[in-house]
Amino acid sequence: MSILVNKDTKVIVQGFTGKEGSFHAEQCIAYGTKIVGGVTPGKGGTTHLDKPVFNTVKDAVVTTGATVSMIFVPPAFVADAVMEAADACIELAVIITEGAPVKDMQKAKAYAVKKNMKTIGPNCPGIITAEECKIGIMPGMIFKKGEVGLISKSGTLTYEGANQVCKEGFGISTAVGIGGDPIIGLSYKQLLPLFEADPETKAIVMIGEIGGDLEIQAAHFIKEHIKKPVVAFIAGQSAPKGKRMGHAGAIISGSAGTAAEKMEALAKAGVHVVQSPAEIGKKVAEVLKK
Amino acid sequence: MNIHEYQAKEIFQKYNVPTPRGYVAHSVEEAVSNAEKLGGSIWVVKAQIHAGGRGLGGGVKLARSLEEVKTLSSEILGMTLVTHQTGPEGKLVQKIYIEEGVDIADELYLGVVLDRAQEMPVIMASLEGGMEIENVAHDSPEKIIKVAVDPSIGFQPFHGRALAFGLGLQKEEINNFIKFASALYTVYMENDVEMIEINPLVKTKSGNFVALDGKVGFDDNALYRHPEIEAMRDLSEENPAEREASNFGLSYVKLDGNVGCMVNGAGLAMGTMDTINYMGGFPANFLDVGGGANAQTVAKGFEIILRDPNVKSIFVNIFGGIVRCDRIANGILEATKLVDVHVPVIVRLDGTNAPEAAEILRNANIKNIITATDLGDGARKAVAAAKGELV
Repeated sequence: MSILVNKDTKVIVQGFTGKEGSFHAEQCIAYGTKIVGGVTPGKGGTTHLDKPVFNTVKDAVVTTGATVSMIFVPPAFVADAVMEAADACIELAVIITEGAPVKDMQKAKAYAVKKNMKTIGPNCPGIITAEECKIGIMPGMIFKKGEVGLISKSGTLTYEGANQVCKEGFGISTAVGIGGDPIIGLSYKQLLPLFEADPETKAIVMIGEIGGDLEIQAAHFIKEHIKKPVVAFIAGQSAPKGKRMGHAGAIISGSAGTAAEKMEALAKAGVHVVQSPAEIGKKVAEVLKK
Repeated sequence: MNIHEYQAKEIFQKYNVPTPRGYVAHSVEEAVSNAEKLGGSIWVVKAQIHAGGRGLGGGVKLARSLEEVKTLSSEILGMTLVTHQTGPEGKLVQKIYIEEGVDIADELYLGVVLDRAQEMPVIMASLEGGMEIENVAHDSPEKIIKVAVDPSIGFQPFHGRALAFGLGLQKEEINNFIKFASALYTVYMENDVEMIEINPLVKTKSGNFVALDGKVGFDDNALYRHPEIEAMRDLSEENPAEREASNFGLSYVKLDGNVGCMVNGAGLAMGTMDTINYMGGFPANFLDVGGGANAQTVAKGFEIILRDPNVKSIFVNIFGGIVRCDRIANGILEATKLVDVHVPVIVRLDGTNAPEAAEILRNANIKNIITATDLGDGARKAVAAAKGELV
């Protein structure tokens, strides 16, 4: 078991024949992901990486039965690609592209919600169900199959957290990189209940950062609905106010969005909060051995 | 990207958001001739820097004669203005704005910003003009009226009424305010604005509304489709080291500590700073080398970090995913030839090809390079090295 994606998930790639799309699609295929085709307007009817290329998402869906799309198109065209996927009844769009305008994502997300399409990202490493299905750019080899679900705004902290969990002798059920932009798709609040319902997942690691209030919402949700143990780290305790720390969303405005505020809310909700990402693995081991 | 008040007001005027009349000046002579052009008997001389709190810092002064315009302009132009937003080093005033005086009945606040929870723009209004809105939000949140606008329907009169009645406005003020808020929303939507603040928004004695100040920030990701806004960029307002870093695809923010950091990924970079703190040290910077790190970017990273005289050690923390660690290791060796790295460098490379990378660093056997096994180990060693306790 796992959440959202598994070895049978059929995936298409939007921006399939571009440099990034090609490179990562190939890596995903090597990992075992069922990439059934791709979309590059104007290249329909050709093949790429031994998979069919389509002009439109609708054509790809009708022909291949794909339910998930991995999106690599350049930032200026992301909103269009996401809306096209939603219009073609894709169930989940994983948006890897970095640098999409916020206003575009606002519009695309609203349409996706209207069409019941789930989205992950943008500006994220994607989603991986260990040893089954990798839809994104994460290094597959660090994710050993196991009992820990992971949700993270940050790509490299996803790898750091997963690596520590595996080094402690545990593994990952599914890891989701949700992205650090101001507007993102699935967030902690939507993913936590999926992990709670997944029999394979025994504990959840949640990695957040400064900015916004998704972690605060998650804390309230955990308190009411999550019985499985949650280990959390919030990046940016030492970040200065009003300075953007890399991610567009990682900025403390006024007194809102600080790491301290988020850590306190999570601790109050019964979450095992660690002060350094170096402690994630140890804390998970401690919680699971109880 | 942020712009100056005078530039914000140019944009406002294009969208029929009322502002006082005014002209920017780069010299005292220009300031006086601007005042003459404006006419009247009262002018405001305003320092143009990208920071709030200019008034309290002495950067905004009222002049009641042309002679006073001259005196005040020569005082403000060239001064180093220190406000709560500039940091203790302050900012050099290179431009001033000469504006006509406004008859002020009341000072309000009006802003538009993205509400990340509702995923739509929210208009915020308050009668507490002139105050820091964050403080008002903290101390008396009931004094801020918030109305979210769904962009699929856009700004409607009912949004305006909710704000106007929420503020307790009267009669003709209501329609004037609705018109003002509607125009401001259009500025927000049509220019990929990240946030607009008008503080204070002035209500005149005749019940009209005028933007006395204007602070506008734009979504960097959308600047490609607004060349006219990109042209407003004032490079002298940006931190030179941060700008230089960004030219090389690095994201750098200077901090006050003594442990330099070079990390891939924004989250891990913040997590590394936090771990240095946790181990009892102080990070000197945030530096994300991104996904495409190579010898040149690593060398540039060292160069920028080492320009800060406080730096006593550097922690290179890379979790190689797509980036291969052996490439980074070679990049570090290459970089030490390009840049004189005179402080201990603690290197932690994990992920793809980490064993090969360790081998490369071991074989190179460079005195200043110390390897670490994991994040905790690396941070501990970097903190110890900064204190001179690492042998």
